[in-house]
Amino acid sequence: MNDTKKTYWKGIQQLKNDPAFVKNADKEFVDLGVEDDPRHSRRDFLKMMGFSVAAASLAACEAPVRKAIPYVNKPVDVDPSIPNYYASTYVNGGDYCSIVVKTREGRPIKIEGNSLSKVSMGGTSAQVEASVLSLYDNYRLRGPKAGADSASWEDVDKAITGKLGEISAAGGQIRIVSNTILSPSTKAAIGRFTAKYPTTVHVQYDPVSYTGITKANEASFGKAMIPSYDFSKARTIVSVGADFLGTWLAPIEFTKQYSENRKVSEKVTTMSRHYQFESNLSLTGANADYRTMIRPSQQGLVVAQLYNIIAGKAGRASVSAGIDKVANLEKAANELWASRGQALVVCGSNDKDVQVLVNGINDMLGSYGTTIHANKTVNFRQGNDEAMAALIADVEANKVAGVIFYNCNPVFDHPMGAKLEAALKNVSLSVSTSSTEDETASASGYKAPDHHYLESWNDFEPKTNSFSLSQPAITPIFKTRQAQESLMTWAGEPTEYFAFLKENWRNWYYGTAGGGLSFQSFWDKCLYDGVLDLSNGEAETLTFSGDVDAAASAISTNYKSNNTGFELAIYESYAIGNGSQANNPLLQELPDPITKAVWDHYATISQKDAAELGVDNDAEGRTQYINITAGGKTIKVPALVQPGQAPGTIGIAIGYGRTKVGVVAANMGVNIYPLVTMVNGSLNFNVTSGVTVAKTDEAYQIAQTQIHQTYMGRSSVIQESVLSEFKKDPHAGREFPKITKWDEKVDPGTVSLWKGHDYLDHHWGMAIDLNSCTGCGACIVACNVENNVALVGKQEVINRREMHWLRIDRYYSSDATDISNYEQLEHAAENPEVVFQPMLCQHCNNAPCETVCPVAATTHSTEGLNQMTYNRCIGTRYCANNCPYKVRRFNWFKYHDNQQFYQANPAMNTDLGRMVLNPDVTVRSRGVMEKCSFCVQRIQAGKLNAKREKRTVKDGEIVTACQASCTSGAILFGDLNDENSQISKLLQVKRNEKRPNSPDKQIGNPRAYRVLEDIGVKPNIYYLTKIKNKDLTNA
Amino acid sequence: MQVSSSLRESLITGGKTVGDVSEDISRQVEGKPTQLWWMAFGVSTVLLLFGVYCMSITLWEGIGKWGLNKTVGWAWDITNFVWWVGIGHAGTLISAILLLFRQKWRMSINRAAEAMTIFAVICAASFPLIHMGRLWLGFYWALPLPNAFGSLWVNFNSPLLWDVFAISTYFTVSLVFWYMGLIPDFAVIRDRAVRMGHKTRAAVYNAMSFGWSGGAKTWMRYESVALILAGLSTPLVLSVHTIVSFDFATSVIPGWHTTIFPPYFVAGAIFSGFAMVLTLLLITRKVFKLEDYITIYHVELMNIIIIVTGSIVGIAYITEFFIAWYGQVPAEQYAFINRAFGPYWWSYWCMMTCNVISPQLFWIKKIRTSLVSTFVLSIIVNIGMWFERFVIIVTSLHRDYLPSSWSMFYPTMYDLGEYILTFGFFFCAFLLFAKFFPVINMAEVKSIIKSSSEKKH
Repeated sequence: MNDTKKTYWKGIQQLKNDPAFVKNADKEFVDLGVEDDPRHSRRDFLKMMGFSVAAASLAACEAPVRKAIPYVNKPVDVDPSIPNYYASTYVNGGDYCSIVVKTREGRPIKIEGNSLSKVSMGGTSAQVEASVLSLYDNYRLRGPKAGADSASWEDVDKAITGKLGEISAAGGQIRIVSNTILSPSTKAAIGRFTAKYPTTVHVQYDPVSYTGITKANEASFGKAMIPSYDFSKARTIVSVGADFLGTWLAPIEFTKQYSENRKVSEKVTTMSRHYQFESNLSLTGANADYRTMIRPSQQGLVVAQLYNIIAGKAGRASVSAGIDKVANLEKAANELWASRGQALVVCGSNDKDVQVLVNGINDMLGSYGTTIHANKTVNFRQGNDEAMAALIADVEANKVAGVIFYNCNPVFDHPMGAKLEAALKNVSLSVSTSSTEDETASASGYKAPDHHYLESWNDFEPKTNSFSLSQPAITPIFKTRQAQESLMTWAGEPTEYFAFLKENWRNWYYGTAGGGLSFQSFWDKCLYDGVLDLSNGEAETLTFSGDVDAAASAISTNYKSNNTGFELAIYESYAIGNGSQANNPLLQELPDPITKAVWDHYATISQKDAAELGVDNDAEGRTQYINITAGGKTIKVPALVQPGQAPGTIGIAIGYGRTKVGVVAANMGVNIYPLVTMVNGSLNFNVTSGVTVAKTDEAYQIAQTQIHQTYMGRSSVIQESVLSEFKKDPHAGREFPKITKWDEKVDPGTVSLWKGHDYLDHHWGMAIDLNSCTGCGACIVACNVENNVALVGKQEVINRREMHWLRIDRYYSSDATDISNYEQLEHAAENPEVVFQPMLCQHCNNAPCETVCPVAATTHSTEGLNQMTYNRCIGTRYCANNCPYKVRRFNWFKYHDNQQFYQANPAMNTDLGRMVLNPDVTVRSRGVMEKCSFCVQRIQAGKLNAKREKRTVKDGEIVTACQASCTSGAILFGDLNDENSQISKLLQVKRNEKRPNSPDKQIGNPRAYRVLEDIGVKPNIYYLTKIKNKDLTNA
Repeated sequence: MQVSSSLRESLITGGKTVGDVSEDISRQVEGKPTQLWWMAFGVSTVLLLFGVYCMSITLWEGIGKWGLNKTVGWAWDITNFVWWVGIGHAGTLISAILLLFRQKWRMSINRAAEAMTIFAVICAASFPLIHMGRLWLGFYWALPLPNAFGSLWVNFNSPLLWDVFAISTYFTVSLVFWYMGLIPDFAVIRDRAVRMGHKTRAAVYNAMSFGWSGGAKTWMRYESVALILAGLSTPLVLSVHTIVSFDFATSVIPGWHTTIFPPYFVAGAIFSGFAMVLTLLLITRKVFKLEDYITIYHVELMNIIIIVTGSIVGIAYITEFFIAWYGQVPAEQYAFINRAFGPYWWSYWCMMTCNVISPQLFWIKKIRTSLVSTFVLSIIVNIGMWFERFVIIVTSLHRDYLPSSWSMFYPTMYDLGEYILTFGFFFCAFLLFAKFFPVINMAEVKSIIKSSSEKKH
């Protein structure tokens, strides 16, 4: 075969021996990679686009991954979905409450009162209920800090111990500053610290001081203490400026006692009579039978006058001070005298002289030993104003080398806070154990954050020989450390506080209270109960030895009966208290019981002064700022016209104006503490001279949840009477509406198209006693927490869209005499009577909401509940329109996971906050309606429990959150089908003989009425008439 | 006895011939839109886009964008709904009831009135849809569809559900009735297009006319169907607004809970519907030069209906007050006093002035035969009717039983935006209709022109 040497070339490139060709000649398919060809081809583009689109859509299909990690070893006590309850104690400064903490999967989610406590007696307050959210506050310190930088505990301890050593070596002064400390073990821990550093002095102060009372008792009885008051034993109560149901001393306990004497029935037709003399319309004043408006400058004189009248009856010498023409004072004195031994006079003044006279009055009335118990002292307020003032002076004078602030915030809440803040820069060691970076912590060199109280061990002695324990309900969330442990560490004796505490109890109480148990059993029992009471021994007889004449002469110089200028009456906000809980949105959105304002700081002024100043505060809360000058300081706050405000006085709350606080309370109001002055050795919360008030033209809108003041004379809403009438006829005040048929008038509800469904098992109902309800608002917060009710923030409240399932309607009386004069009826009287009405879903048997829902999202249960199926709701809002009680709440926006509500509603918008949510209750989505469910999750849990134990539900086993929180016992929930239930007995329920399970029950209690009886919707909530113990005025 | 009727004036003036009718009406469809049309369409589109923006934000963020609150759960949304539904009444009333009563004057106006009805009902229906908190579920959950959610069914007790049925039935029947009437006229345009050599137009209009042949049998069937549909529509005219009024009448809210509502709402609906027809026709007549077809006589007759229905509405207002006094129910008494003298007094008196007093001016012949005053009054009537619904809905809700919940309603931009949205849609749709569809029923009008031409020279 001839080799012709012929070459068959594959292409021009081969022929030309193109180098690019030669390089790839051995490859059958030449792949020009992207790197080889910088010009991306159309194909590449399509390929890449195809890939991206596919990848993006695949990624979009995938649900976000939320990791749920199962327990490897299940903790013994933790069963998923089964709540655990721990007895513990709420303490915030000197405020105290024995509580039971509900935890779910290791997270505290709800707080309720501990009924075993003999001090707080199972009551709670709004602040106690809300404090569970403070645990999950994003503003809490994550760990210790040196200056502005995070540090480790070792480093901080080393630095602090080092400095303490230096100071101690140089003989420098060290101070521990705290609010009232109720805890014996904490005091022991401080004792250890003091032992190590003997130059240490422990100074206690209280933001709202009660030094005057302590001093007065020292002067009167030789013992610096505050006695126990027992309002339940008092038939006549006179309070001069003491808001004992709202903020004064121990409102939870007092509410409990007070309400005992306010419950009337056909059998019990007596109730206490309560006189209130005050400047601001307080919660207590709103509940009083007689309320007289006085100026703060008259307070001492009113007490002196009362002293004189009673002294006249008791045959004692009268004192030099006095005042004429105070309405109801003579009458009050007469009745006090008539009911001596069952009388109580309290005064909110922090002036020693005034309190000495009060002691004198109580002494004449025989209150000591009956309504006042001096052997059982209350320890809530041990602060000493003079010591604190001296401390600040010492710090300013560079006499103090080291200060430790134990869970207190004097830079904010002491009148000389600004001076302290400035002076702290020169103090070589300043430490704050506050769990948040508050004003004082920010001004301190070291932050050694304490646990939240729900993470802590502790013990408390709120009253002599009554103890309460705190136990952690959750592992510490952050790198915080119990402050007592810190103190002992710095003292060079690092001790685990739990062991220390237990050891103390072994040494202190086991001996007397052990009762033959082993210590461990004793300890376990104490921990289980949460409380321990030791016997108090014999009541000692007190001899009153106060110098009333000296007190009276001081009063006559310090007080004036005819002051004409403006006066400031500084009060504690019901919601945020002294400001320590300002960053808690549950409290910020809790309507003030009186003004119904939320998220706001304002000055209350009387209608008369508003007219004179030209302040126009319309129904929508639109108002103007006023400038208030007092003691050389000028503050600018919006004015709120308040019926019942004494003319010439301005009420203004402390607690606002926090500067180092989380987002919730940022930029809110003005700090009022600097206006407080030191008078007579104690802080004076009234400014009676040198106050000027000027209106500005700057407009402002206050957010209020209720903008109409009166109930317009509608007796279908509020039915009230007075005790004397009630004695004559227990139906007093009741309205019996009739509807007209063609030939006769019949009861509403007897004419119906429907027969109604029988409730075969349970028939849930509620009774609310308008006489017991003080309007405090604890139930609102309890409901919020229990039912994951969204908080919406100020603007949305102005838009009238708060979500509260339960609200307390507050109505003022008007001066109108004619109930068809609508114009007049709309205006509250100058000094109105007040009635509170908790309003929630009435669970109507003929519910108007149910018939109108196009998709049957709201239906009736076989147990009488009006239930809401969120999943089915399409949000037409027809049900809310057709609700005569306007208790339905619509989700106007998405309140969870929405940046818009981050500030107002952290419980649904932050990872930390979400831990507080009740897993048994759905967080509602946007566009659905919601409302009170009668805590259906609790009903369900109770029924399941009973079922598991093969029995029927016991009465009292299921309580709604509002009932559980109600200190005064105004709310009672139960089964109307159960003849032996408390509610059946209270309402005197009689079953229909022919149809025993009929929804229509006969109610025998003459006080029980249903709101809007005439429209025939047949609610399952019964209200008991409001009975005031006042004389019938001829109207 | 011998009765001799006087010679009736022709309903169509200008001595139009059959050919003129076809020419005059079809000209609008065949010609290019005028500048005026473009301007109007541009403005309407801007309104529509603004409305769409507002609606999108509302849908994205929530109903909270509106000014509603815990006490006032409905305000502009349902006000606008009832207002548009009311407007949507005139069309069917004109074409159905007047057809049954053999009122030939309706022939010039029924087409536009029916178109208006359809667009108004669409506008109306948009409000119950967007007012829902969860529209994306509600739009089909409110229908009794078999479903897999267990055995969830709608609540037949709810007046809102009755609304769903009433509105959808009314819309369907009105649409069919309207389209039926259009078929022969589409055929006219098709025939003219064929003659003019416009193939596309011929094809489109042929399709729309379903290949109308114009045979005697076809006409016979057409007439029968028209009569049947008229018979079907007649009760609907009364039922729709009756049922809408049930939304309020069956509730327990004072001011809503009123048995007088059904007749009062129907009268009000016809009242506002006629006013809207007048507003639109007076413009259309001018823009499309249809003065010979829609004459002063038509206007006058419609004005007389406005006097009648306006007076019925006025009597209803007074009756409500009388019953509130006579019934001695305190909450109801307050509700009515509050309407007239409460915070929303201005809306009440606006309603009274616009609805009760102003139509009485039509007693004066000069006013009811004047185009300008008719135009002005027709707008005033619709303002008044809007306020009527606002008064009923908002003033009843804002102060009902418990004074603690009393509050005010303030509209936001988004409330306004949604209302503007419907205006944008309505005018866009009406302008498109006026451009592409014959605005006057040629087939019917041809039956009433005088056969002998009396063209004036």
